[in-house]
Amino acid sequence: MNHLDGNALAGPLSELFSVDMTLATGRCLGCGDESVLARAMVYESGTDLVVRCSHCDDVLMTLVHTPGDLRIELRGIGMLRIPL
Amino acid sequence: MGIISRGFSGRSREHNPELPPGQFLTEDFPVLSAGPTPRIDTDEWEFTITTENGTVHRWSWADLMALPIEDVATDIHCVTRWSKLGTSWRGVSLDTLFAGVDTGYGYTMAHSYGGYTTNVPLADLLGGKAWVAFEFDGQPLDPEHGGPARLLVPHLYFWKSAKWVRGIEMHKGDDPGFWEQNGYNIYGDPWLEQRYS
Amino acid sequence: MTTITSGERVAPVSVWKVGVVASVHTETPSGRSIMIDVPGWGGNLAGQHLDLRLTAPDGYQAVRSYSIASASAGDRLELAVDRLPDGEVSPYLVDDLQPGDEIELRGPLGGWFVWRPEQTEPVQLIGGGSGIVPLMAMVRAHQESGSTAKFRLLYSVRTPEDVFFRDELMAFASSAIEITWVYTRAVPAGWATPAGRVSRDILASSTIPASENPAVFVCGPTGFVETVADLLVELGHPAASVKTERFGGK
Repeated sequence: MNHLDGNALAGPLSELFSVDMTLATGRCLGCGDESVLARAMVYESGTDLVVRCSHCDDVLMTLVHTPGDLRIELRGIGMLRIPL
Repeated sequence: MGIISRGFSGRSREHNPELPPGQFLTEDFPVLSAGPTPRIDTDEWEFTITTENGTVHRWSWADLMALPIEDVATDIHCVTRWSKLGTSWRGVSLDTLFAGVDTGYGYTMAHSYGGYTTNVPLADLLGGKAWVAFEFDGQPLDPEHGGPARLLVPHLYFWKSAKWVRGIEMHKGDDPGFWEQNGYNIYGDPWLEQRYS
Repeated sequence: MTTITSGERVAPVSVWKVGVVASVHTETPSGRSIMIDVPGWGGNLAGQHLDLRLTAPDGYQAVRSYSIASASAGDRLELAVDRLPDGEVSPYLVDDLQPGDEIELRGPLGGWFVWRPEQTEPVQLIGGGSGIVPLMAMVRAHQESGSTAKFRLLYSVRTPEDVFFRDELMAFASSAIEITWVYTRAVPAGWATPAGRVSRDILASSTIPASENPAVFVCGPTGFVETVADLLVELGHPAASVKTERFGGK
């Protein structure tokens, strides 16, 4: 078993967002499931992360760390809802 | 850069001038994953090459094993900065697989069980540069490392060596695969340090 | 020079702060608890974690997440780390780190896998190995706050020697919280049950039933967490009531 869960996103996403994104709810564009990001499955490829829907395994987002920037692809998530 | 942690050195790594820029030598074989490990039985495994007119060339596991198999000794370079020198593999050359394939397209997309994709120009799959590899270090390739078979394209960063490869699709243009869509370089030459886009 | 008053968080969670190791304590043959003083930390909730960053002399960096064993308001926090055989960071933390060493960390992180004293529903904690760490913070917070919420803990370890915070948990067991011990490889002398993994039967007989609508927190290695979470749902717990935190380590 090689994966973690969305709790592991708290640190990396804090580099970009000032609110706790693990509490954000997103809709999986693959299967429609709506869950907090803390419940997503997180796969580590070095310092890069692939975040997948815990219901259907579709990719919700990826985080790629380059020397100069942090790249976040959010294409698998419909509407992020973030409690303030 | 952070404060130096007294006494910390991390995994054993060497700066070796023979390596591509920015790489460290490792004795490990780190497992990097983008998703769950597919479990594919060789009974159900197949490999296909699909051309632009829809022709599908198909090989079962038995078909693959009946083809000429090569021993490959090569260096591999991961975008996460780890390099391994002199790794040994066994596999079937893409030259063998493409021998009967008629295509006018110059680019390919490799597809894997589990959905992973990566793009490789056709010229980088031919000329003795790529294999469908099913043995590593004298053992059947472990599912963690892409078994039963993975693409092996060692002259490019190792994300191009698609684990659990199931087929190659001919493309007209250099369309980006999974990591290429997510910030990695479209080509990935380690000697030019082409990690990111 | 900036004066930082203890207890005030002065920097966002994303900023790397420098902590100083105050003390270390051997917990198990492969594990250690570590007290760290971090000016400006400002405390953390029970269940939160932090990221540690280590830098080698040639600039190589490694970042790992660790759950925080403490849940207090001040600038001192406690970690507990298990040495993983092929680990890169955990062997350093367990074997090499010394009082006085500086260490970089960011946090506190994670507002989901958290227990707050304001919560009144019963709580079932299930920890595997070093998964006990954030659950320990919850037990301590429960104790510290005087909460009367019903707390039960199921703690699964390989052998009796692998128990973190043993004395403290034994003291809690006699006063505040019911603890079920599961030993997967070797049991204490005179133990009635043979060694074995957490099973559906063990969960059914030793944890707060779904009918009491507990909040459930499961933490440990990924395989343990997923097996237990699936069994809990089979036993009738709504998936939404079961919160999980998977450990990678290394």
